[in-house]
Amino acid sequence: MPKDGGIGASVVRREDTRFLKGKGRYTDDMNRPGQTYAYILRSSLAHATLNNIDTAAASAAPGVIRVFTGADITAAELGGVPCGWQITDKHGEPMKEPAHPILAVGKVRHVGDPIAVVVAETYDEARDAAELIDIDMTDLAAVVDMRTAETSGNQVHEEAPDNVCYDWELGDKEGTDAAFANAHHVTTLEFINNRLVANPMEPRCAIGEYDENDDNYTLYTTSQNPHVIRLLMGAFVLSIPEHKLRVYAPDVGGGFGSKIYHYAEEAFVTWASKEIRRPIKWTADRSEAFISDAHGRDHVTKAELALDAEGKFLGLRADTYANMGAYLSTFAPCVPTWLHATLLAGQYTTPMVHARVRAMFTNTVPVDAYRGAGRPEATYLLERIINKAAQEMGLDQAEIRRRNFIRTFPYDTPVALQYDTGDYDATLNAVMETADYAGFEARRAESASRGKLRGIGLSCYIEACGIAPSALVGALGARAGLYEAATIRVNPTGSVSVMTGAHSHGQGHETTFAQVVSDALGIPADQIDIIHGDTDKIPFGMGTYGSRSLAVGGSAIVKAVDKVVAKGKKIAAHLLEAAESDIIFEDGQYKVAGTDKAKAFAEVSLAAYVPHNYPIDEIEPGLEETAFYDPKNFTYPAGSYLCEVEVDPETGKVEIVAMTASDDFGNIVNPMIVEGQVHGGLAQGIGQALLENCAYDEHGQLVSGSFMDYAMPLAVDLPNFVVETVEGTPCTHNPLGVKGCGEAGAIGSPPALINAVVDAIKGYGIDHIDMPATPLNVWTAIQNASAKQAAE
Amino acid sequence: MAKVTMTVNGKEHSGEAEGRTLLVDFIRGELGLTGTHVGCDTSQCGACVVHVNGESVKSCSVFAQACDGATVATIEGMQNDDGTLGVLQAAFQEHHGLQCGFCTPGMVMSASELLKVNASPTEEEIREGLKGNICRCTGYHNIVKAVQSAAATMAGAAQAAE
Repeated sequence: MPKDGGIGASVVRREDTRFLKGKGRYTDDMNRPGQTYAYILRSSLAHATLNNIDTAAASAAPGVIRVFTGADITAAELGGVPCGWQITDKHGEPMKEPAHPILAVGKVRHVGDPIAVVVAETYDEARDAAELIDIDMTDLAAVVDMRTAETSGNQVHEEAPDNVCYDWELGDKEGTDAAFANAHHVTTLEFINNRLVANPMEPRCAIGEYDENDDNYTLYTTSQNPHVIRLLMGAFVLSIPEHKLRVYAPDVGGGFGSKIYHYAEEAFVTWASKEIRRPIKWTADRSEAFISDAHGRDHVTKAELALDAEGKFLGLRADTYANMGAYLSTFAPCVPTWLHATLLAGQYTTPMVHARVRAMFTNTVPVDAYRGAGRPEATYLLERIINKAAQEMGLDQAEIRRRNFIRTFPYDTPVALQYDTGDYDATLNAVMETADYAGFEARRAESASRGKLRGIGLSCYIEACGIAPSALVGALGARAGLYEAATIRVNPTGSVSVMTGAHSHGQGHETTFAQVVSDALGIPADQIDIIHGDTDKIPFGMGTYGSRSLAVGGSAIVKAVDKVVAKGKKIAAHLLEAAESDIIFEDGQYKVAGTDKAKAFAEVSLAAYVPHNYPIDEIEPGLEETAFYDPKNFTYPAGSYLCEVEVDPETGKVEIVAMTASDDFGNIVNPMIVEGQVHGGLAQGIGQALLENCAYDEHGQLVSGSFMDYAMPLAVDLPNFVVETVEGTPCTHNPLGVKGCGEAGAIGSPPALINAVVDAIKGYGIDHIDMPATPLNVWTAIQNASAKQAAE
Repeated sequence: MAKVTMTVNGKEHSGEAEGRTLLVDFIRGELGLTGTHVGCDTSQCGACVVHVNGESVKSCSVFAQACDGATVATIEGMQNDDGTLGVLQAAFQEHHGLQCGFCTPGMVMSASELLKVNASPTEEEIREGLKGNICRCTGYHNIVKAVQSAAATMAGAAQAAE
């Protein structure tokens, strides 16, 4: 049983109080003395030459302080927006990495590319003045479809011939070809993974402030990783050393990946605040977010699965086009490669896997990681083609998976990962029992009696989280380490301030991290404060993404706590006149083993700050410790999801009857928060599978550019979820035994849902439908298949 | 510019507003009540919901000048007089009906209106009643539970009072 408020307890969240009272501190809630406002004039064309920008009228408009264009950026010799990951292609050449100026220079390359910024006394004045800017552009043919980008004859960047960023491969090609040559059956599936927009409810916002007294800059920004922004912006764009630059990301209203990246607006407001000697605030409206936040997914793949007569997987081939958009966003190159192809073994013993990935430049918004980042694409590929193979071979969808499960650990996959632990039968058994898989045919018959087509779909996912061992990712092209840092500051009277490099933007770290520290130090959680988001307060940090906060950030906290306790033992030994080796620490007490002599945690803390009776020759006063934790391996959360749908053949409408998730996240600190994370992931996965689609027309115009056109899941669109975690297999290499839970729902649910839809309509001879399975798409598939059946 | 006066959370406030100033910008900018949020520019998301003269309104869809003389309630006025969370707010916390917190003020204001109109809504009625509010974090599951729980608490309190 969990201790009150410690690890394992569903403690309600402390941060909720301020959010529920309307007292959250989001970036746009802040205003700085003398603040000005920036409005960004963005390209309305996808691809055009910039001939002339006439800002004279705008500059003279009421309230305008200054108008900036790419010429100012060039004159100031600012760096471009950097990319944090370099992929080496299959010929050993580095990827093509064209410049990404803060404001467009010479050319615009996507709708939304920033052309000019008006800074004025009020936001309305800035926006009014922007209408007076006269831009002379020559429209160029846009590269939109990545499948034809290579042969379109149009160039997004001169440096990237045929619009190829890289052509990359992973796995044993010859071995995989041989496996296919010996196959009893080969299943082929061509499909898209639809482009999505992350759309956290808080639009991005940035305030730059220059202090000429100290020559210091402060950037207030909506970021998932303020230290990363400080590093990228300071070192590569503005040449501001770290000690002169503070990046503060206060309460952030959701991220889902889209707030990881360093964006041009952050660099602009920081730099320009010195130019005009006043703070500058920029806040995106939603329409602007659609054309300036990095998008997600957007793959086109041909996959092939080779099987023997019993349904054992012999080999898998995947050939993927991945859309990079017009420029390389911070982590974009690693998403379809090291976060995607490496997951293609899934939960299965497939001995041979080969993946080829071509990353393409197009005249669209940059694409980068979105909740799951590569792993949803890998899971969708695998779990869809397995169901198609099962359908073709007449095997049950659960049985074919069982015949291929990995059951011995550690397990080295053919695609560069080593799974440390797992129990895939446990989650599959659990989900089949909870969702009553055995009783499905009776439910299908009942639906049929009402004219509805019922289907059931399974998906068994694995993901690699806890990103990541620095040496490993360095070898794979990362331009940063991916450890995490924490400081435990024990205050003189025994309360504790925890500084963590992880960043909470909905995950509830202020509550869960306090549970971890409370458990370790044996002090009440209300004596513990969690501080995050401010580079001036926190030693360092790589931030929150990839379900890494507890696995990596939590481990850094545990390491720092261990150091505090180790020092506390030395102090206690002195106070208790005992040998240090006889001191044990438990339940908030330093005890002499085998005696009733003890000192409370707070007594030892006070002694450290009032060192009258203290081993001063041996140790320093004070009680504050910092630790950096670099993971030894990824963590591997895994699970099984079952989705049951009813399709109305008359309208094509898909109704989710049940969505059941069974996950193995290893140890769990706060079950309530973990469930909530899975709920949110499920909602985004269901959104991808049923509703959401980021669509461009052939001219590169974004067709789905607002909440009127882009279908965000609403309360009426989603079912109640059944979410359970099994008695897990704890991670073997981090001190908490945790694996991460933030992305699972978004990874496991899309293939489960599409598998269910295909199961429902397979009677028409349909074996695949692309996402999103909107009523129109499903109805059209049924009509086409019916016409084909009638003709035969 | 015109002077606009309204009673917000029981206190009279005055400020300057252009004809085009939206109520939400007036509340956030002129009155400094930043609990009301802006999540879109097409009046879909509901992060800006407040009550105007007792009815829930998306404050991005009305002009501040049109609310001259109105009585407005925002999220900052929803807590109890002693500063503790009101029944609905407490239910959101208890049932983990929020994550990043950005949609939460609008969600609470809409749910409050919903319960005023329908004291014991079904799950379907709650989902229907909140379809003007977008949450990207929770999948709505726990929001629905929170509203159901608040309805039950309020019904219990009403029964006890009788």
